Order: sequence, then C-alpha cells, then structure tokens
Amino acid sequence: MSGFLSGLVPLETGGFEAPGVHSFDFPPIFESVPWFDKYMFQAILSVILILAFWLIMARKNAMVPSKGQYIGETAYFFVRNTIARDMIGHDFRRYLPLLIALFSFVLVNNLFGIFPFLLLPTPSHVGWPYGLAIMVWLIYNGVGIAKHGFFGYLKHTSLPSGVPAFMWPLIIPLEFVSNIIVRPVTLSLRLFANMFAGHLLVLVFVLGGEYLLLHSASIINKTAGVVALIFSMAIFGLEIFVQSLQAFIFTVLTAQYISSAAAEEH
Amino acid sequence: MTPLELTGSLGIVGYGLGAIGPGIGVGLIFASVIQGTARQPEARGAMMGTAWIGFAVTEALAIIGIALAFVFG
Repeated sequence: MSGFLSGLVPLETGGFEAPGVHSFDFPPIFESVPWFDKYMFQAILSVILILAFWLIMARKNAMVPSKGQYIGETAYFFVRNTIARDMIGHDFRRYLPLLIALFSFVLVNNLFGIFPFLLLPTPSHVGWPYGLAIMVWLIYNGVGIAKHGFFGYLKHTSLPSGVPAFMWPLIIPLEFVSNIIVRPVTLSLRLFANMFAGHLLVLVFVLGGEYLLLHSASIINKTAGVVALIFSMAIFGLEIFVQSLQAFIFTVLTAQYISSAAAEEH
Repeated sequence: MTPLELTGSLGIVGYGLGAIGPGIGVGLIFASVIQGTARQPEARGAMMGTAWIGFAVTEALAIIGIALAFVFG
C-alpha cells in the first residue's frame, strides 16, 4: 500500500509514510509502568466521566426536569425502552444496569476518536473489544445455564424446537458453533474493525492531505491536499455516526443474546 | 524475471472480493425499507430502527475484511 502512494507523489523529504497498523502503537506513558499507555489512560478517564455523569444524574430528582436532568433522562430512557424492554421483555430490570454501563462505556470510548487532544477510539486496539465480548459471552451463557441448567441450556441453544430427528446431525453442530463460538468473535471483531478502519480512514485523509499540501511540488498536488484536508472534516462526521451506531449495536446484540438465552420454550 | 509477475497486497484483493456480499446485502436492506415506506408511510420509524441494526450487522463482514487486510500484511 505504501508503494502505491509513494509512486504517485514527487519525493522531496523522503516519501510519504502511509498509515497502517504501526500507527496504532502507543508506548507507555511512564517507563516504569508498562501497562499504562494511551489506551488505558483513555479507558480510566472514560470510567471517571461515566461514573460522574450517572452519579450526578441519580441525585437530581426535580419533578419538572431541568435541562441537565432532561439529557440524562433521555439517555436512560433510550437504553431502557429501545434496548432493554423491547429486546428482553418482562424480566429486563435485572439486566438494565449492565446494558446502561455497556452502552455508556462503548459510546464514550468510541467518541474519544473524534474528541480533541485524544483522537483515538479505544476499541481500535483489539484487546478492548475482546475483553467486552468475553464478558458478554460469560454473562449470556451464565444466564442460560442459571435458567435451564447446564445440559438443558446446551439443548436449548443447539436444538430449536420442532426440528425432525433426521436433521439433528446437521443442525446441532451448526447451531452450537453459531451460538456459542461465533457470537463473541463477531461481536468483538465488528466493534474492533469499525473503529480500526474508521480511524485509519481519518489518518489517510489527514496525513495524505498534509503531505500533499506541504511536501509536494506542483500546484495540482497542493490543491488536492487542501481538498483532502477539507474532506477529512466530512470523514469526522461519518466517524461520529459510525461510532455511535456501533455502541448502540453492541448493546442491542448483548440484549438480544441475553434474551434468547433466557427465553422460555415455546 | 518472470514475464507476468503480480505484486501487491493479496489482503486487499481478498477485501475486494469479500465486500461483494455485504454490498448486495445492504442494498437489499434499504431497498426493502424504501418499498415498505412506499406502501405504508406511517411505519417508517419502526422500519428505520430495524434497518440500522441490520445495516450494522451486515456491514460488519466487509469492515472485518478491510481491518484484517491491514493486520495480516
């Protein structure tokens, strides 16, 4: 990929270094603490912000809501009505704190990708979506095992009701792999890949535009650089949309998996 | 030098092939949203909500393709 771009632009200061996987390597902030890099700093900052927001929201309880209380209530009702009640059904109150925390955490960490001074979506390092998906996997399997028992839950997952016996050797491995193995993989990779690809797109436009504008010779290249830098604003807008959508999707799918694990037999 | 030597990134070719399916899938989703809105304009809100969920799930496959094309060289 870097070969393609460096062939196009006249080399003045050594060529264009295309963004890639190396753009996501961040060293630890302090030498003595190897695990505290920018991702961990952003995650801890997001936890502090979310705790502050919801604690302040839980305290103000005026009957006629003020503007701040209205925003918090809108966020809470959005998760409660659209995600929890519609997906899980009558038992949703038990899982509501999990869904609110998950939605807040993924949304704030995604939006760090367009936030000034930080400009890095935390799930673009693959470990963060892996951790969230493992937690969701343990939870929805745990809910199913608590409700149906271990073998009852395996039967409930691998064998939809009403399947004739001759199709069992085909259906059971397929459903087992699809429900128990593939679900956490796609859940994590969906979040990771959207954040990774989106941040890479922003980097290509901004770094490419800067290189074309400042490090290239002809006026056509400089104009192309200006256009690329202006268009990167539109890409930022697209990133806001994609990041919010991915946070919503993660929470909706978690609610869906919990609901289908805890569902009653028809 | 061999006469017909191909160089470049095989991962990007794989992404290109892998983006055919989700492209058709997303087109089908929003085609049905447009048709459903034409038949019954009042149902637009509920349909758009489901459409965005279906869009994200289908688009995930194409996005996984481009991300893994970078990760695997």
